[in-house]
Amino acid sequence: MTKQVQQLDRVIIRFAGDSGDGMQLTGDRFTAETAEFGNDLSTLPNFPAEIRAPAGTLPGVSSFQLHFADHDILTPGDAPNVLVAMNPAALKANLADLPRGADIIVNTDEFTTRNLAKVGYTGNPLADESLSEWRVHPVPLTSLTVKALEDFDISKKDAERAKNMFALGLLSWLYHRPTEATIRFLEAKFAKKPDIAKANVAAFNAGWNFGETTESFSVSYEIKPAKLPAGVYRNISGNQALAYGLIAASVQSKLPLFLGSYPITPASDILHELSKHKRFGVRTFQAEDEIAGVGAALGAAFGGALGVTTTSGPGIILKGETVGLAVATELPLLVIDVQRAGPSTGMPTKTEQTDLLMAMFGRNGESPVPIVAPATPSDCFAAAIEAARIALKYRTPVMLLSDGYLANGSEPWKVPAIEDLPDISVAFATEPNGDDGSYQPFKRDPETLARPWAVPGTAGLEHRIGGIEKADGSGNISYDPGNHDLMVRLRQAKIDGIDVPDLTVDDPDGDARVLVIGWGSTYGPIAAALRRIRKAGGKVAQAHLRHLNPFPKNIGEVLRAYDKVLLPEINLGQLAMLLRARFLIDIISYNRVRGLPFKAEELAGVIQDVIDSD
Amino acid sequence: MTETTTNGVNGKGLALIPKAEGRQTLKDFKSDQEVRWCPGCGDYAILAAVQSFLPELGLKRENIVFVSGIGCSSRFPYYLNTYGFHSIHGRAPAIATGLAASRPDLSVWVITGDGDALSIGGNHLIHALRRNVNLNILLFNNRIYGLTKGQYSPTSEVGKITKSTPMGSLDRPFNPISLALGAEAGFVARTLDSDRKHLQAVLREATEHRGTSLVEIYQNCNIFNDGAFEALKDPEVRDSITLRMEHGKPIASATKAVVRSDDGLEVVDRAGVDESRILVHDAHRQDPSLAFALSRLDEPAFEHVPIGIFRSVDRPSYDQLMNEQVELAVSQRGRGDLGDLLLGGDTWRIN
Repeated sequence: MTKQVQQLDRVIIRFAGDSGDGMQLTGDRFTAETAEFGNDLSTLPNFPAEIRAPAGTLPGVSSFQLHFADHDILTPGDAPNVLVAMNPAALKANLADLPRGADIIVNTDEFTTRNLAKVGYTGNPLADESLSEWRVHPVPLTSLTVKALEDFDISKKDAERAKNMFALGLLSWLYHRPTEATIRFLEAKFAKKPDIAKANVAAFNAGWNFGETTESFSVSYEIKPAKLPAGVYRNISGNQALAYGLIAASVQSKLPLFLGSYPITPASDILHELSKHKRFGVRTFQAEDEIAGVGAALGAAFGGALGVTTTSGPGIILKGETVGLAVATELPLLVIDVQRAGPSTGMPTKTEQTDLLMAMFGRNGESPVPIVAPATPSDCFAAAIEAARIALKYRTPVMLLSDGYLANGSEPWKVPAIEDLPDISVAFATEPNGDDGSYQPFKRDPETLARPWAVPGTAGLEHRIGGIEKADGSGNISYDPGNHDLMVRLRQAKIDGIDVPDLTVDDPDGDARVLVIGWGSTYGPIAAALRRIRKAGGKVAQAHLRHLNPFPKNIGEVLRAYDKVLLPEINLGQLAMLLRARFLIDIISYNRVRGLPFKAEELAGVIQDVIDSD
Repeated sequence: MTETTTNGVNGKGLALIPKAEGRQTLKDFKSDQEVRWCPGCGDYAILAAVQSFLPELGLKRENIVFVSGIGCSSRFPYYLNTYGFHSIHGRAPAIATGLAASRPDLSVWVITGDGDALSIGGNHLIHALRRNVNLNILLFNNRIYGLTKGQYSPTSEVGKITKSTPMGSLDRPFNPISLALGAEAGFVARTLDSDRKHLQAVLREATEHRGTSLVEIYQNCNIFNDGAFEALKDPEVRDSITLRMEHGKPIASATKAVVRSDDGLEVVDRAGVDESRILVHDAHRQDPSLAFALSRLDEPAFEHVPIGIFRSVDRPSYDQLMNEQVELAVSQRGRGDLGDLLLGGDTWRIN
């Protein structure tokens, strides 16, 4: 049977199933195939915090959305064109996001009376008219998989578990994905259980063959590779890019990397990744708590290492006291906060931008800390190097604000050439710097205001530092009022004076009257919304902040150049508060705090309303 | 008092730390800072003992770091002409862990007090002990909060009348030695601020031990808890109540002796017991339960008090193991190359 092949420019697929169904793995593999094929892509995993929520229930649904295209794209997509629903819960939980006409591939085996009742269906939606708005492809995924594997010497349970690979094979056929890498992956993953490996490969192939032979799918789709700038690409998630950025910062600064960390969702993958790279001299220390994680990192920094701590949610609060000590002792320290929904435990696997004011002000006393925020998953690499550069050059703790969306999302990344990475090395103090031949630990560099960094083991520079106020220059304990006022101002001036690149504005025709400004992970959705507006002839400018403390020097000028400034944030207006206070500009805020990234269509509507309003 | 013999099994505590050229003196370790403890404070004696002990180690002064938390004792680093880090309340073991784990060439000391180590910093202390990071922890126990002016501490006796407990404190105190042994610390000792010879002998063993050594130092706060350890200093009773522990010797005071009983250990009248029944101290015993039983002998308080090294056993230090993993990774697959790392995994080229 010859099947029709249709060309598409982009597709959004959402794999959804029970949290035990292996949807994240399925999504990861489809992403890897898609990356290898050369499409541009962006992903959005969405899963419950519970490892195995009760099977078949709505809270147990785990999903993975992938947007891929023949052109460069900016977000994981607003609404899926295709939903793969492994059970009734997955269908019910995701149906509202599905536009009319979308495809639904559904595992009919799971639509039993019991499973339907579990999520409140009184009838079977596959049997009535309730799904008539969509194109439903009923596939008995479980039984087809079990049948395909009946010759294998594995349990029925293991055979059933391979149904996600059957689904992956089917989708791989449907979208013409290359399959060799997935087969290699399965063989490596189950290298110690060859029977399981073979069964999974067989299930994957059976899914592919099913697509080719069944009449349920009459069309398959081609999405041509994207035309992206020339270079070598790989797919990378935010947490992996961040870990690589930290290793690169260690190499480029010639300092050993020391990570002190306590496991916390969604930051733990940075610890996992770094712990694999000991041959870069990376030392990872899983501490007894968040406080010890940052404490050990600061202790290592005192000893001359690139000290890093990683955390999320409530963990960042616990680190506040030690960050304050790093401010007082003026030691370099990287504090990485993968923001998640709060307050308190909040929603650990959901994203938010709600720690900005915490990063800015969450310490006692006047304790300014630079803040850097990556814009996309792959940008976490460069942001980590930039944060390290500031920390080392200015001898200060730096906050890097990633978030759950960046951490787990992935996209193709044009791998940078090593020779293009900045040299961020700094010199340790080796000689006394006092006029009297003494060592003055708080005698500053007149340009950067950074103090010298003398590490233990350096003869003649023995000195004591600590959290008590120190005399300017000598670093001796000082309660002198004038000295304290001076030190407060010096510490502030040092941070204010950090060399931050100017804010660039994207305003193609130069005549927009509305500026949309954002920070961090909202870059993609804002830029995608702007494309829609501009495509329809609308005029709008975009600026995106990577440095939130200090702000770029030209930011006031940029903000004042537009009639209206719109600031979408996944919080209740934290950056807007800072900009209003600092520049007395009436920022228009758009805020949603739903644990999810903005949708491009949603933002386009908001921006259009601002353009249209007087 | 008799001198404690040093009988270290480890002897590797200082192996990786560079040695100084030439002889050092006490003066080399005095900083130019004015010491600001209350006159008569036990901290002075401890400082003097440490300053006069350090030259004996013969280490490069710049490779010695004192890290402290918060409290009266935590001012200690300012008075030593080494590297020093006066950190935050309770966190010194965590900060020192990062330093010692990344710099095995340093002799890292933690100066802490009973509130700092056992109250706000209790978690860091027990984890440092179980990990066996190469640290020497000196716990100045004066059984009171001094710097905040006299509240009861986690080692104060039940019923302690203080500013915050006018009707007496309610909570049972920690026994720091029992706590440390419970965390399976490799080196645990107790000594006294006023007994310089004993203090220095304990420090000698503690520094030889590669890993975490915990030394509890009974320290008198003459302002808020004066005389807390007077019984151990009073010439009338001290020889009778001090159960001196020396490796390989019977554990006894002038009048009392430790013997095995049906359910553990007991202290009996020395005169009425055959010498052969007195427990011979084995500080190097792997199993910590006998050392734990010894730590319980100071109940009821100050009827008899074990002093000396409870436990000194050898096991690999955390920093050593951590660095071995780094070296193993390098020896197996070579030093990491950033270019290879970034291009690892599945890549594709766009022309």
